Formats: sequence, C-alpha cells, structure tokens
Amino acid sequence: MNNSLKTLTNGILKENPTFGLVLGMCPTLATTTSAVNGMSMGLATMFVLICSNVVISLLKNVIPDKVRIPAFIVVIATFVTMVQLLMQAYVPAVYATLGLFIPLIVVNCIVLGRAEAFAAKNSVGLSALDGIGMGLGFTLSLTIIGAIRELLGTGCIFSMNIFPEQYGALIFVLAPGAFICLGYLMAGIQKLMKKD
Amino acid sequence: MIYFLIFISAIFVNNIVLSQFLGICPFLGVSKKIDTALGMGAAVTFVLTLATVVTYLLQKLLVMWNVAFLQTILFILVIAALVQMIEIIIKKISPSLYQALGVFLPLITTNCCLLGVAILVANGTNKLPMGADHNLLTGTLFAFATALGFSLALVLFAGIREQLSMNKIPKAMEGTPIALLTAGLLAMAFMGFSGVV
Repeated sequence: MNNSLKTLTNGILKENPTFGLVLGMCPTLATTTSAVNGMSMGLATMFVLICSNVVISLLKNVIPDKVRIPAFIVVIATFVTMVQLLMQAYVPAVYATLGLFIPLIVVNCIVLGRAEAFAAKNSVGLSALDGIGMGLGFTLSLTIIGAIRELLGTGCIFSMNIFPEQYGALIFVLAPGAFICLGYLMAGIQKLMKKD
Repeated sequence: MIYFLIFISAIFVNNIVLSQFLGICPFLGVSKKIDTALGMGAAVTFVLTLATVVTYLLQKLLVMWNVAFLQTILFILVIAALVQMIEIIIKKISPSLYQALGVFLPLITTNCCLLGVAILVANGTNKLPMGADHNLLTGTLFAFATALGFSLALVLFAGIREQLSMNKIPKAMEGTPIALLTAGLLAMAFMGFSGVV
C-alpha cells in the first residue's frame, strides 16, 4: 500500500514531469495559452500515459529487448491515434485549438521515458499508478502555467473575469510570454527546493 | 518571388522554435556551444527536408487507400527508419560528414519538429504566404526553410548562452530558468518580424 502511494505521488511532486524532470517542453509551452487548453492537453497526455504504461507492462516479457523502442513507439502511437479520433468526434473545438500537438504526443519524451524507465520493469498495477501520477503531475503543471498566462494576459482564469481585460499584458498569451512565465516559475521552484 | 517569401515566412516570421514551439528539447539541450548547434542544425536541415518529401508522398498513398487515420503511426515509423538509413548511408559514403553529423542523428528521431512539420505539410496546414499553393515543391521548400529557421534560432541561442556562461547568475536562476528567459527575449525580438509577409 505504502509503495503504491509513493508511486502515485512521485509523479505529482518529486519527479514532476515539467518542473522536476524538465520533459515534454514543447506542449508545455505551446498549449498553455489558457488554463482550459493546458488542462485538455494534460488530460489527453494522461490518457495516453496510463494506457501505454499498462499495455507495455503487460507485454514486457513478450517484446524482445532489441526491438523494444520501436515496439513501444507503435503502442504509444496507437493510443495517440485513438485520442485523436475520440477528440475529433466528441470535442472538435478543443481538438481544433490544440491541433498539431495531439499527434505530437507520440514524440513527447515523458510517455516514452516512463515506458522505458518504469513500465518495462514493474507490474501492471504499479505502472498504471505511475501513469496516473505522472499524468496528474503533467496536467497540474500545465493547468497552473495556463492559468497564470491567461490571468496576466487577459485578466481571466478559466474564462472567469478577475480584472478588466484592457489591463492585461497580451505578450503573456503570445510566444515570448510562455518562455518567460515558465522560466520564472522554474526559478521559484528551484529556490524553494534548495531551502528544504 | 513567392518562393522567396516562403523562406522569409518560415525562417523569420513563423520561426519554428520561437513562435511555433516545435523542437524545444534540442533547442534547450544542445545549445551550449556554437559548434554543436551548427552540427545539430545541419543534421536537422538534411533529415527534415528528406523526411517531408517522403511523408508527403506517403500521405498521398494513405489517402488513396482510405487509411488516413494511420498517419501518426506510419509517419513516426517512417521517420525513425529514414534516420537510421541516412545514418548508415552517410557512414558508408562520407565518413567526414558522418563525423560531423553522426552524434546528432539518433537524437533527431524524437525531435518533434520533424514529425510536426511532416504532419503539417502532409495535411496542407503549413503556414505559407498569401497566394502559394500547397504542393510538393512548396512543401519541400517550406520544410527546408523551417529547418534553416531552426538552425538560425539554435545558433543565435548558443551564441548568447556562451556569453551567458561567463556571467554571474543568481543561484535560483541557474540552468533551465535563465535559458528560458533568454529564449523569451529572443522570441520577443522575433515578434518584430510579424506582419512582414
């Protein structure tokens, strides 16, 4: 029990994909123009992470060691295609905003990284928990970055008005704001971590 | 003229790294020295142009056979195989070129600008200047120009980081944070190009 709890929280806090491992920077920067966009991207990645972790953990004894990376990529790409088709069918508006970055989950280092580092060595249950933890950690950090950028840029969080829009600095919704916002967030977290 | 505009648009106005956010990992990872940045840029330029041509033709087949949903799976496999093949061929034909590009080739497979540009061009959703058609020629030129834009951003960024490594930086900002802030300022500079094409 203790072990599984540790696996679950590992991805959320200690090895947070964005702030701890610094993996998957492209979607982190590109899709966090608003809190909703960040969260949708996080959830889509989480679905792929959990499913691919479970399947790869089930297949770990069947896949020969030499071809394991291509095999993992095929498994991951399958689930990415599923997410793509599901989102196109049920949430076409979200799919249109995230666009290219949904198929690009395939090359997101977090998914392949967890498959290789965790799912290929651990049981199905633990791998599922690791997928959930990592997915939650990723979703959480994307939502936070998205919320901050949305607030500074347009004065809203989750489209709820906090302060009038004309006081917002539009640059935070545009490309440079993503780099600057993430840079300061990481600096803050490094500072906090050092103190402990 | 229109071909010239494709270059301006893809290199400066819609720079792949600084305004499209593709290929951030190598941008942050192999940008500590100008030499390695040049090597990476050259390798990406070579592979990206070739991969785009191959995947563009593949997409035509997929649409013809009515299996367009296989795009993601097939593209990533084709790109991975292509990179392997290029590595073997270069090793045989030109050992000196292999020495220069060899280390970077395996890294390229997981570079998301490769799959990203391949999908954009194959779907005909890449940003071209007004009046340009989406076809194999413009797609290839777009891929080549995009890769040049990637190299430009990478080399500029490496130059700044070489200078930066000699400066005193607050403890909390060391490493990734200061790199991200620098990239933010660079992106702001590139925003000045918006509206040119």
